[in-house]
Parts: sequence; structure tokens; C-alpha cells
Amino acid sequence: MGADLQARKENVMADVNRGNRPLSPHLTIYRPQLTSITSILTRITGNALLLAAMLAVWWFVAAATGPEAYARADAVITSWFGKLVMLGSIWALWYHSLAGIRHLIWDTVRMLEITQAEKLGWGVIAGSFVLTALTVAVL
Amino acid sequence: MGYITDRKRAVGLGSAHSGTMHHWHMIISSVALVGLVPLFVFTFGQAVGLPYDEAVAYYARPFPAIVAALTFLVGFIHFRNGVQTLIEDYVHGFARKALIIAMICLSYTAAAAGVFAVARIAL
Repeated sequence: MGADLQARKENVMADVNRGNRPLSPHLTIYRPQLTSITSILTRITGNALLLAAMLAVWWFVAAATGPEAYARADAVITSWFGKLVMLGSIWALWYHSLAGIRHLIWDTVRMLEITQAEKLGWGVIAGSFVLTALTVAVL
Repeated sequence: MGYITDRKRAVGLGSAHSGTMHHWHMIISSVALVGLVPLFVFTFGQAVGLPYDEAVAYYARPFPAIVAALTFLVGFIHFRNGVQTLIEDYVHGFARKALIIAMICLSYTAAAAGVFAVARIAL
């Protein structure tokens, strides 16, 4: 197809061009910054928590079913691999919670200056590890 | 200007006319979860690993049972809204629609199963 015809076709098709429009610069263009990394981590931790949530639902359904089902579910969650998943999930849960609180603060039009936003970012990162250590110590 | 609130002024704007309510529902559920999550972590954390009889007895008490039921309910509604935004950002066309529907079904099924199980143990 000639370049001229292609251009004319694109012109005609412009009205029905859905989903093939140029995109604004995205993740691969920008240099990673604390604000962007902490934002991406919020999304990753939030969605990854589905695994731990499903394990918790399984534990409850098993407990409601009977001793054998409970023993099976509880053994998986308290196995070394289950404990590893739970440890990671507890960190993810605290990280996502603190990052969510950060969003609630931002929603009130506070702490939006870059230096303040970066301070909140470090607070979220440090806080998530402190709360994880605290949780492990208590439980 | 008038006496309309900031949120009311934004409702209905945007191409889908529903983004403001989506955001508002994320705020509601996240505020609820700020309270529920620590309560759930420190109650569920104590029950995991207990022998069957003790675990069931633990969740027969009102406080841990209500915390667990609310956490499942609010948590999965929060997930249902959050994962929809994730899918809308990265998945396109038919797969987007299918995945959003699948995740909504999964969220409500998991919430129902969790709440039912807690009720069965507690009652």
C-alpha cells in the first residue's frame, strides 16, 4: 500500500480509531523516582494481597467444614512456605495501608510539595518494615 | 459556585461519568480498612496454628468474628475496585471486559465464602 493511500485511509478511519492513539510517556520513559517507585509498589502490594486473602478465606472455610479440612489448610499456612508467604503479605499489608493513608492525606490537598511527598515516601517504606518487625515480635 | 460541595461538583465529569464515585468508594473502604486491618492481623494471627477446637472456640467469640467478617467484606470490595483500575490500565479490548467481570465474581465469591465461614464457626 502506497504511503499516500495509507495516509488517506488513516484519515478516513480516524473517527473509528479506538485504542490505537499515541500514548503519553509512560514507565519506560521516566527516570525512576521515589514517588513513582512507592506508587508502583502500592499497586503491586495491593493486588498481590489477593493470595494471602484467599489463603485466609480457605482457612476459615476449612475451619467451618471440619477438623480434617482445617488440619490441611492450617498445615499449608504454617508450613515454611506458607510462613514465607504470610511474612511477605504482612509487609505488603502494612506497606499498602501506610501508602493508602498517604493517599488519604494527599486527597486533603496536604503534603503535595515534592520534598514533603518524598518524606512521606520514606515514611511509608520505613514504617512498613517497623510494623512488620513489630507484628512478627507480637505474634 | 453556590453551596455545592467539591465532590458533588466533580460527580458526572470524565468520559465514563463514574470516576468520582469510584474514587469516593475507594476512600470509604480504605478508611474502614485502616481500622480493620490491624484488628484482623492481631486476631487472625493469634488463631492461625491453633488446634482445631481452640481455633473454632477463638472465632466463636463475637469480637474476632465480627472483625474477620467485616475485613473480608470491606477488603474484597476494596480489592474489586482496585483491581478494576489495574486491569483498565494494562489490559485492552475483550480481555479487559472478561477479566474485570471475572475479578468481580471472584471478589464477591471470596467475600461471601469468608463471611459464611465466619458465621458458621461463630454461631
